[in-house]
Amino acid sequence: MTDTVTTEETAAGVTRAEYCAIACADVFRGDGEVMASAFGTAPALGARLARLTFAPDLVLTDGDAALVAGAPALGARPDSLVLESHMPYRRVFDVVWSGRRNLIMMASQIDRTGNQNISAIGPWAQPKAQLVGVRGAPGNTVNHSTSYWVPNHSTRSFVEQVDVVSGVGYERAAAAGPSATKFHEIRFVVSNLGVFDFQTPDHVMRLVSVHPGVTIDDVVAATGFALVLPDEVPDTREPTAEELDLLRTVLDPRGMRDREVKA
Amino acid sequence: MADKRMTLDDFVGELSSGMTIGIGGWGSRRKPMAAVRAILRSDLTDLTVVSYGGPDVGLLCAAGKVAKAVYGFVTLDSIPTDPHFKAARQSGAIEAMEVDEGMFYLGLLAASQRIPFLPTRSGLGSDVMAVNPSLRTVRSPYDDGEELVAMPALRLDAAVVHVNRADAAGSGQILGPDPFFDELFLGAADRRFVTTERVVATEQLAAEGPIQTLCISRLLTDGVIETPGGAHFTACVPDYGRDEGFQKEYVAAAGDPDAWAAFQERFLAVDEDGYQAATREAADERAAAKAAKEGK
Repeated sequence: MTDTVTTEETAAGVTRAEYCAIACADVFRGDGEVMASAFGTAPALGARLARLTFAPDLVLTDGDAALVAGAPALGARPDSLVLESHMPYRRVFDVVWSGRRNLIMMASQIDRTGNQNISAIGPWAQPKAQLVGVRGAPGNTVNHSTSYWVPNHSTRSFVEQVDVVSGVGYERAAAAGPSATKFHEIRFVVSNLGVFDFQTPDHVMRLVSVHPGVTIDDVVAATGFALVLPDEVPDTREPTAEELDLLRTVLDPRGMRDREVKA
Repeated sequence: MADKRMTLDDFVGELSSGMTIGIGGWGSRRKPMAAVRAILRSDLTDLTVVSYGGPDVGLLCAAGKVAKAVYGFVTLDSIPTDPHFKAARQSGAIEAMEVDEGMFYLGLLAASQRIPFLPTRSGLGSDVMAVNPSLRTVRSPYDDGEELVAMPALRLDAAVVHVNRADAAGSGQILGPDPFFDELFLGAADRRFVTTERVVATEQLAAEGPIQTLCISRLLTDGVIETPGGAHFTACVPDYGRDEGFQKEYVAAAGDPDAWAAFQERFLAVDEDGYQAATREAADERAAAKAAKEGK
């Protein structure tokens, strides 16, 4: 994500949601034949875009109980999908535990060392708000690469410490020992403001790029902990002409991406 | 072959207060809702409910039937959370065991294999270990020496699942794309019940779908209950999809005590036939209201 932004490219009217989709696509860069699971609109577009361009061996799911060939458009009719394998939930766990998966989950809260929370806000014993539950987050994070998508970056979602550790961050994995760190990787966090990773000596969150139109100060103000700020923070890369065309005419002709992220 | 057919009342008669009950399906999909409604009408109480949770958990919480819930999530799929389950957790009305959904699977598998636990990496480092202080880890006896979570068997006093077809002897057929963990719920339980859209003759099963759809054997069933529409309002494909309109009504009613009282009166204080009739009527009302709104 180091491409220089030129005035000309920005003038092409790339929306914030499209930068988010591009950043999510880059989560799958370098992946071979792994199952790409993606929650949220930008991640779903990112996985499909990666599959159609630089990660052609990615394996996509239909969101139900099958693997699909190609990369269907968002909201494609089920009977238009080409199914290539049966993937009921019980088999999903075989894939999770084998490590042949790369996942973008959402996070109600995420913290400095990469812990994620989708379980509850407030004390777990009697929460202020019960959320969906930890789901597969504990297992996902210690078994295969996991990234997060946060469409509403704020001091409420980017917090010093999450209330209930669902997805396991670097510090907690290290404390739990070698079995927890063996396959652990929090690759990226993509928000509506920018892209983050944990490629710092002590694995705390670092700002990788800001989406064009967002300043570093915007990101700092919306983050409830001290981010690592490199001397140079580039803009999130521009989509190529091919990527933009795929996004707009093939994968999301109805513009669902712009309903998830405004601007 | 034994004829295992029974009624919903027979099913409830096999249960008692304080039991641990497993409920098949996943989220708001292929839930044995007719069986859940029968429990709602009973005087059973103090139940531990083990579920890949959906409105089954919510309704049982709303009726005060639940002492403890064991789950990895509770969701309505198209609506992220169940309002009654949320309320029960937030008021502290129920005890909870929240685990990773893969750990949950292994707990059922261990119970069905009659072993005390199964080891897994899942759970390590997460608050699942902190909020469930009874969970233990186990060290590999081999050279790797890895320390893993020892997921305890989730042994069930009873389990109930809903399938598309079954015969009277208790062979169950799931025609939808995902059998979920129904087989393991039954395997983990002492008393095993299958509700079904339709009881058919054994020789008819193979005509309904390929051999892979015959995924519940009669080795795993004690009782078969024919309950057409028995998964409503959750999805039971290919027989029917989720009743999204009704699910929205359920959620809306939960937000207001008077509306919930009216919902209960109309849909839950009646027997299963009454429920099916009332929900068909409600669907007609929603269709008429929609047509009126669109000026048709």
